[in-house]
Amino acid sequence: MAAIAALSSGDTSWVIVATILVLLMSIPGAAFFYGGLTKKKNVLNTMFLTLIAFSIIAVIWVCYGYQVAFGSSISGIIGSPTNLFMTGISPDGMNGSIPTILYVTFQLTFAALTGALISGAIVGRMKTSAWIIYIIAWVTLIYIPICHWVWGGGWLMNLGALDFAGGTVVHINCGVSALALALVLGTRKEKTLLPHNLGYSVLGAAFLFFGWLGFNGGSALTAGGLASSAILVSIVAACVGLIVWCIIDTIKVGKPTVLGAITGLIAGLVAITPAAGFVDVPASIVIGLGASCVSYFAVYYLKEKLGYDDALDVFGVHGCSGIWGALATGIFASPFINSAASGLLYGNPGQLGIQVIAVCVSVVYAFVVSYIIAKVLDMTMGIRVEEKVEVEGLDTNLHEESGYNL
Amino acid sequence: MKRIIAVIRGEKLEEVKKALIAVGCDGMNISEIKGRGRQLGIRESYRGSKYCIDLIPKSRVELIVKDEDVDEVSQAVIEAARTGDVGDGKIFISPIDNVIRIRTGEKGDDAV
Repeated sequence: MAAIAALSSGDTSWVIVATILVLLMSIPGAAFFYGGLTKKKNVLNTMFLTLIAFSIIAVIWVCYGYQVAFGSSISGIIGSPTNLFMTGISPDGMNGSIPTILYVTFQLTFAALTGALISGAIVGRMKTSAWIIYIIAWVTLIYIPICHWVWGGGWLMNLGALDFAGGTVVHINCGVSALALALVLGTRKEKTLLPHNLGYSVLGAAFLFFGWLGFNGGSALTAGGLASSAILVSIVAACVGLIVWCIIDTIKVGKPTVLGAITGLIAGLVAITPAAGFVDVPASIVIGLGASCVSYFAVYYLKEKLGYDDALDVFGVHGCSGIWGALATGIFASPFINSAASGLLYGNPGQLGIQVIAVCVSVVYAFVVSYIIAKVLDMTMGIRVEEKVEVEGLDTNLHEESGYNL
Repeated sequence: MKRIIAVIRGEKLEEVKKALIAVGCDGMNISEIKGRGRQLGIRESYRGSKYCIDLIPKSRVELIVKDEDVDEVSQAVIEAARTGDVGDGKIFISPIDNVIRIRTGEKGDDAV
């Protein structure tokens, strides 16, 4: 990490752009994607959950988040907190061929996005104060440790777990954390999904797609063939995901749906995320196809069967496609794309085993700790709004605003 | 004088307006309403959650016309709004006691 290297202005330019693209995924991407899917009376609160989560995590990231996640590892468990508040990190410090400060900022947008994504599961019923405390606890106790284990020199990284841009750290983490929080929060009185402005969601999905290319492409940290390959396979997996979801919709209900199309698009992007820098185009087609199948099953059958109220399917899409993508990385990782890794199909079955361990650890850790945080908050401050507020709508009650005064 | 209220398909509103202007009926009030008649609901589904939208958006055109114009105006609305399928809407006709133009104070047929 600390190796002295020459700054590459090409790499630096690309990662600066990629950082800004990742920001586009949260604000406006996730905000519009989720905002459009909620009821009219909750649209502002839904967008607010994303805005406030992003902002809180961004501040925490520079105070102690980056330092603990990426500081020199203490037994592979956690980073040692030096350079708190970024003191001692000068603009001249280097991380590979880009400035350390840029790497910190790039990682900031990842942490903040992951927190913002959780909000989709809990819309329409959570107290703002409880969400704020949850997010602070979540980034500190869940995101930072998992990020350290997988990316910051921790034990999963040393084990050889592959996660190019965030299958475990971002998507499994947000999906499973969201599921645990939604379970503690309970189901809404009116839990059927009736998007009040699906056009917003199409816009949000488009911003997510757009930004995601920075998310996956930027994770190469260099401006070269690897970033280009990551972007190409991301586009392919996303488009295959969209097409496959439309096909399943057509087979099951006779018509393709627009919501299905954008859901398949996101599922494909989620699944390709951990694999983006390791797999070739044929593998990305299989990954996109698998993502839509897995998430379709989760959203249509698993959710109904188990009865949890994951309002906007954060677990179904991010959690389940994240798990598929992380495992698929262990199957399809090709040494011809990235010499650092080879998977099951290239004669390294052990890699799949390592991926299984990384997935299980992320799922269990995120679920258990998120559940404990939610329970503690529920017993102390209460996490759910009053029934009257839920029925009348959160916008007027929690913000004294309404989304539409046309 | 009569009041004609026509509840029609929203997508037929422009044609109905043109037809009314063609028969010399320039004044009208239009509102967007939701309602139901014999046409059953529209089905929608989002990620597997199914809904029946049982109140359907319609356009409501309100006209005040002289007694002798009622048949011609009604016929114009019918011709412009009809598709032949269930859901074309209905026309309601009722008497009006008086009409007053606020600017001039004219009353009755002169104010229509």
